[in-house]
Amino acid sequence: MNEQTINSFIEVVGKENVKLSQAQLLAYSYDATANFQSKPDLVISPNSTEEVVEIVKICASSKIPIISRGSGTNLAAGTVPTQGGVVLLFNRMNDMLELDEENLTITVQPGMITQDLSTYVEQNGLFYPPDPSSMKISTIGGNVSENSGGLRGLKYGVTKDYVKALTVVMPNGSVLKTGGKLAKDVAGYDMNSFLVGSEGTLGIITEITLKLIPLPIFKKTGIAYFNSLEDAARTVSSIIANKIIPVTLEFMDHGTIGAVEDFMNIGLPRDAEAMLLMEQDGDAELVERDIQKMIEIAVVQGATSTSIAASPEEADVLKTGRRAALSALARKRPTTILEDATVPRSEIAKMVKAIQEIAIKYDVQISTFGHAGDGNLHPTCLTDVRDEEEMERVEQALAEIFETAILLGGTITGEHGVGEMKAPYLEWKLGESGIELMKQIKQSIDPLNIMNPGKIFAKEKKKRLVVHNGQ
Amino acid sequence: MVSELQQRMQESFREHVNEEYIMDCMRCGFCLPACPTYLATNQDETHSPRGRIALMKAMRDGDVVWDGSVEDAFDMCLGCRACEPACPAGVQYGALIEETRVAIREVKPINMMERVIRKTAFDGLFADQNKMATTVKLVQFYQKSGLQAVTRKIGFLNLFPPFMKEMEAVLPNIEKKQKRESTLKPKTTKVAFFTGCLMDTLFQETNRKTVELLEWLGAEVVIPQEQQCCGALHGHSGELEKGLRNARANIDAFESDDFDYIVNNAGGCGAFLSEYEKHLSSDDQYAQKSMNFSEKMIDISSLLIRLGMNARLKEMKSDEHSIVTYQDSCHLRNVNKVFLEPRSLLMDAPGFEYKELIDAGSCCGSAGIYNLLQPEMAKRILDTKMKGVRDLQPAKVVTSNPGCLMQMQVGIQREGLEKEMQAIHIVDFLFDAIQIKH
Repeated sequence: MNEQTINSFIEVVGKENVKLSQAQLLAYSYDATANFQSKPDLVISPNSTEEVVEIVKICASSKIPIISRGSGTNLAAGTVPTQGGVVLLFNRMNDMLELDEENLTITVQPGMITQDLSTYVEQNGLFYPPDPSSMKISTIGGNVSENSGGLRGLKYGVTKDYVKALTVVMPNGSVLKTGGKLAKDVAGYDMNSFLVGSEGTLGIITEITLKLIPLPIFKKTGIAYFNSLEDAARTVSSIIANKIIPVTLEFMDHGTIGAVEDFMNIGLPRDAEAMLLMEQDGDAELVERDIQKMIEIAVVQGATSTSIAASPEEADVLKTGRRAALSALARKRPTTILEDATVPRSEIAKMVKAIQEIAIKYDVQISTFGHAGDGNLHPTCLTDVRDEEEMERVEQALAEIFETAILLGGTITGEHGVGEMKAPYLEWKLGESGIELMKQIKQSIDPLNIMNPGKIFAKEKKKRLVVHNGQ
Repeated sequence: MVSELQQRMQESFREHVNEEYIMDCMRCGFCLPACPTYLATNQDETHSPRGRIALMKAMRDGDVVWDGSVEDAFDMCLGCRACEPACPAGVQYGALIEETRVAIREVKPINMMERVIRKTAFDGLFADQNKMATTVKLVQFYQKSGLQAVTRKIGFLNLFPPFMKEMEAVLPNIEKKQKRESTLKPKTTKVAFFTGCLMDTLFQETNRKTVELLEWLGAEVVIPQEQQCCGALHGHSGELEKGLRNARANIDAFESDDFDYIVNNAGGCGAFLSEYEKHLSSDDQYAQKSMNFSEKMIDISSLLIRLGMNARLKEMKSDEHSIVTYQDSCHLRNVNKVFLEPRSLLMDAPGFEYKELIDAGSCCGSAGIYNLLQPEMAKRILDTKMKGVRDLQPAKVVTSNPGCLMQMQVGIQREGLEKEMQAIHIVDFLFDAIQIKH
């Protein structure tokens, strides 16, 4: 990047808010995705929507890519600046702007840490349910851009279900305001849902208004261990079929239980093949009834042991363990490649079984955990990027997992986003016409392709595997 | 064109920094909220554990050019290791940053100011207990003779970085060291005391009280005379070989079989002492010996609890009604996983209500000699820490490590709170609490 352009950015935000040293550019060259790395040309921390507008105008005039980045916990290479350009940070735009207790909304800047937001609203007796596993690190702006899910998705939905209004700087430098603090609003296309989950490819979100709900007064957590993955999966389907919608219905397999126990030392049984973590919230009577019922169902489906967390602290420890599952699995091999395949919850047992068979077929090590209650699994390949032959088998296995998920009526990603990593597979899910429509939208909004280029839309697509039933 | 320095640095990183340890990091970012420098720089990834590990890898792979910014990123690390318990993947960050510092020192001559501090500190003071003692005698003379008051007045210390000046202001007044002999009354628990060089000189009162407390609880305390500085400061600063020289000497000094415990009262020393076995695992002569040594290692709070201190504290009565709080020693907490024990003792202390300091587990900025080498960042971190102290208004800020103790006292003085509160070592605090007659 030439000095004149750099100086024009410095004029907007000040010298101290532009990072361009060797070390800094390297430190913003990656996110949490294995095997993707590329240095930006510049890293900029704006302080306001107005500054973002100025930055976008400079980028547009010189066709410089802009990559919005929260805390860099993305798992699909969505925030890796693979085509260079400017990485935009929101570390100076992290304020709470307004808590509106009459309309039950909160308005924040995108850099606010998800956990901080959650704690703040709970102190005020309110509740913001989306809780991605990285919530202690991730920013709310990142969550909105990726439409993040979490452990409470089953009952409370995901980020998009809580976004009421956005302020967005568009690629031409104009400022768009969408939605409002409204319970009903059908004026025009639903711009909120269109921008939520757009992964920074359509514009830059600079202000977010979120819906809040009253904080449930009571919650309880049950645990069940199983001798087989199928027993656990059947328990999940049976709980839903019995018309219970718990807050959380989380699943960990044998390998994941061991890795979490290595990290936490909380006495998880290392010999269990599967574990379910079941939480319900609401009024005390309903919570007691649902937890008892879920435990009963687990026993009927073959649970070898069950228990109920004695205190909120004990429940929190178990949930912390579950949130750390992916990183804990990284203990086992140098590289962890995690997938996000999601199926209708009725198909969860079939999917779990298929993953086991695929691991054997390609001779790769796969541990699975995930949000079993909403069909969102995280099969994780434990491998070593330095071993090319093994990586080839890993890629084949992952492709087959995608294919199987789609055959079962599922999707290639439930909550992590497409990014650059899954872009080659997107067409498998959307079909040609779906990709075509998305391209037209992207082209009309961002004709210069400066907004997070290379993400969602693949340079080349993967040839679809032919999977035969029952293989 | 790759410069010669770049090439040598890359080779040095390849030689010293363990690739397998680097590969353990999957870049999830769980370490970020635990890292004091990441938070103090308003989330600059360059000053995070994940960023530094990425830089280590980039140095090995030749993906980054060695320059001041890269060096700065490594220098800025406190080495507090708060990232380790936060890391689900079990990355051995402490080992990685130590290896990185070795890699850098091998190639790059260090800057003048650092060289002066390092030279006097490592090669002179900390390497040799006698020299340390001599220095302390000089300091004693300096203090006793009234020269201290004079130099403080004429601003002799203005010649040094401002932080050293503040440190000097909080140095304890050194009392004449009384020669201690091992007591040989029949006791059930036999404890060897690792006195630590700073603790044994600048803080020898605390050491005397440590012995008295242990004896009061029925232990026999022996102080092996051949012991040296633990070597931690060398190890953390890229001089691991010098540190291990001390390690071997200490293992020999404490080799006697009949100790039940080897106790220390400085968190920074304790962590390094307990890691002798890791550092010497491939040393034929010392591998087994270092395991025996590390197994017996225990911190003073844990040992006091085992000897029944809590019950004795509960028997005491006091008319005082004050707040006491605790600032963790990073290495005691993050490496030895000891944080409940000191709190449990404080909770039982008569006349005090224990209140938890906000982010007590986060580094105070002392970090060995970090506050001398990186005064600006250390100050920023301490300022944040002091905000919490100010809100809590404790009468005593208890610590378990001499560095933390001095740093917290600097913070108290800087805030002008020295009339209201005091930073104090846990041993001194407990000693006062039980009012041992002596």
